[in-house]
Amino acid sequence: MAQITLDQLAHSYLPNPQNDADYALKRIDYVWEDGGAYALLGPSGCGKTTLLNIISGLLTPSGGHVKFDEHNVTHLSPEQRNIAQVFQFPVIYDTMTVAENLAFPLLNRGIERSEVDKRVGEMLETLDLTAKARRRAHGLSADEKQKISLGRGLVRYDVNAILFDEPLTVIDPHMKWQLRTKLKELHEQFSHTMIYVTHDQTEALTFADKVVVMYEGEVVQIGTPEELFDEPAHTFVGYFIGSPGMNILPGGVDGSTVNVAGKQINVGKRYPKTGTNIEIGIRPEFVKLTESAASGEVGMPMTVHSVEDIGRYKIVRGDVGGHELGAVINESDSVPANPVAVFDPARINVYEDSHLVRGQI
Amino acid sequence: MNNKPFDNKAWFFVLPVFILVAISAVIPLMTVVNYSVQDSFGNNQFFWAGTEWFTEVLNSDRFRDSLVRNLTFSAIILCIEIPLGIAVALAMPRKGIWVSVCLVLMALPLLIPWNVVGTIWLIFGRADIGLLGFTLAKMGIVFNYGQSWLQAWIIIILMDVWHWTSLVVLLCYSGLVAIPEAYYQAARIDGASRWKVFRYIQLPKMQRVLLIAILLRFMDSFMIYTEPFVLTGGGPGNTTTFLSIDLVKTAIGQFDLGPAAAMSLIYFLIVLLLSWVFYTVMTNYGMDAPEKREVES
Repeated sequence: MAQITLDQLAHSYLPNPQNDADYALKRIDYVWEDGGAYALLGPSGCGKTTLLNIISGLLTPSGGHVKFDEHNVTHLSPEQRNIAQVFQFPVIYDTMTVAENLAFPLLNRGIERSEVDKRVGEMLETLDLTAKARRRAHGLSADEKQKISLGRGLVRYDVNAILFDEPLTVIDPHMKWQLRTKLKELHEQFSHTMIYVTHDQTEALTFADKVVVMYEGEVVQIGTPEELFDEPAHTFVGYFIGSPGMNILPGGVDGSTVNVAGKQINVGKRYPKTGTNIEIGIRPEFVKLTESAASGEVGMPMTVHSVEDIGRYKIVRGDVGGHELGAVINESDSVPANPVAVFDPARINVYEDSHLVRGQI
Repeated sequence: MNNKPFDNKAWFFVLPVFILVAISAVIPLMTVVNYSVQDSFGNNQFFWAGTEWFTEVLNSDRFRDSLVRNLTFSAIILCIEIPLGIAVALAMPRKGIWVSVCLVLMALPLLIPWNVVGTIWLIFGRADIGLLGFTLAKMGIVFNYGQSWLQAWIIIILMDVWHWTSLVVLLCYSGLVAIPEAYYQAARIDGASRWKVFRYIQLPKMQRVLLIAILLRFMDSFMIYTEPFVLTGGGPGNTTTFLSIDLVKTAIGQFDLGPAAAMSLIYFLIVLLLSWVFYTVMTNYGMDAPEKREVES
């Protein structure tokens, strides 16, 4: 168990990186608390696996340090760092039995046979694999194989952290949910530091206490699921998190008045003087569609293109003033004939150069 | 039980294959079968001989000696080429420009026809103009595979190893590069030694290609003909007379069609049987065991 510190960490796969674009991972400083459950969330190719492999020691960063508690482990190998990693595709030793698979990392470390048997027995219980202990790992299902991969990390009680690289990719949907629940359980039971890489927001938001959102080699926001939903620090987080994602419209801001689609909305917060590249973000959940705006509300006429009924609610897509806009309405509500869109002023976010600008109340 | 619709017209779909196989294999084989059960005193007159030729061939020392030579040769070939092939494949680079260089170098011997290989080594081993023969002569070693059965065997084995190890290498290499990087990473994290990585990751992952390699090399080496024919002609004495050489001697040299036909059938069945044994043993290795264990426990 350890607290993991990333100190001015950066990585490029090129020998002589010239500019920012050459870096697969741009500079990052962060402290992963001991015993925390973290998710690294981002689209494919955003650098999340690179970051994970640097933490596990499979990759040496081109700049900066990784510290486990007070020890600098930047140049140590994965086995010296004493971490466990679960990969996208289950890694099992085909010719060994389930029990032998679990015993493998312990025997490699020269732990006594009696102790190994005891721990393997316990781990088989924990993973509900006791009945299959003497089966060869080869013929098991994908989720069972993935449990074995995880078990090989967990049998070493003293691992500093357990890292997951999109571990549920090849698992059947109904097993995904079970396995995720199991992971949470194990986290509570063993309280290892867990870092979980995924591009699936549901996985990230349900698994983690804190979600690290990455985009183009950069950490754009670290926060709890609520923070990511309410105040995305970057427009990317806005539309990456949430289903459907946040509406981002070009606009402007002047003091406490937001200009969007030719209308002025008073948001009740004062914004500092800002530059020119301003965008307005509003979640579809906070866009209301009515026949006409009530007094005190600002209505924007909306042209509706499509309505998707997804069961619990409906997603209405259309445009206001030539800009795309999505809105979420209740299953029971119908779309008005000539709708006007009303934004909840308290839920409007202002972005400058894609980054969140905070207003003062 | 079986509710599937049944339509005999489906046979027409497999008919072309039947015809092809009949022309390419069954009919030629039947002529051999035909000869094997008949005797002839010439003039195209044949008499029914029954299993006489089969009994004669199976009971002849000549056939048994050749069979032992074949089995010994294949065993030696497999024992050398398979481990050597695996070792070379493990040592080959996985990326970069050297991959292509190594692959081309490895493929070169495979492109050379059998009789050319025989001729190359024939000249290579000559004491007057061949590099190997000359060097050995200079070192004071009497090298004459025409007189020493041991040297004849050594040179034929060397030749086969030189010619065919590449095939094993290429097959193993294809198996090795197909192993996802995550396996090696997981093994590092599990603290596995180099030997354990080989034993528990690389070797099991190569199982299928190794099966193909062993089958190919077994069948090929068991049917070896051209190289000893070019190099030693089956000698000295009969020491390099393999089944195939013996067969040709019987069929064409002595024109004993009956015994030759019986011999080829036996030969064919032995190859088939041994290939089946290899196949069954290797595909079941690591698969059958769990079921057995469960029954036991």
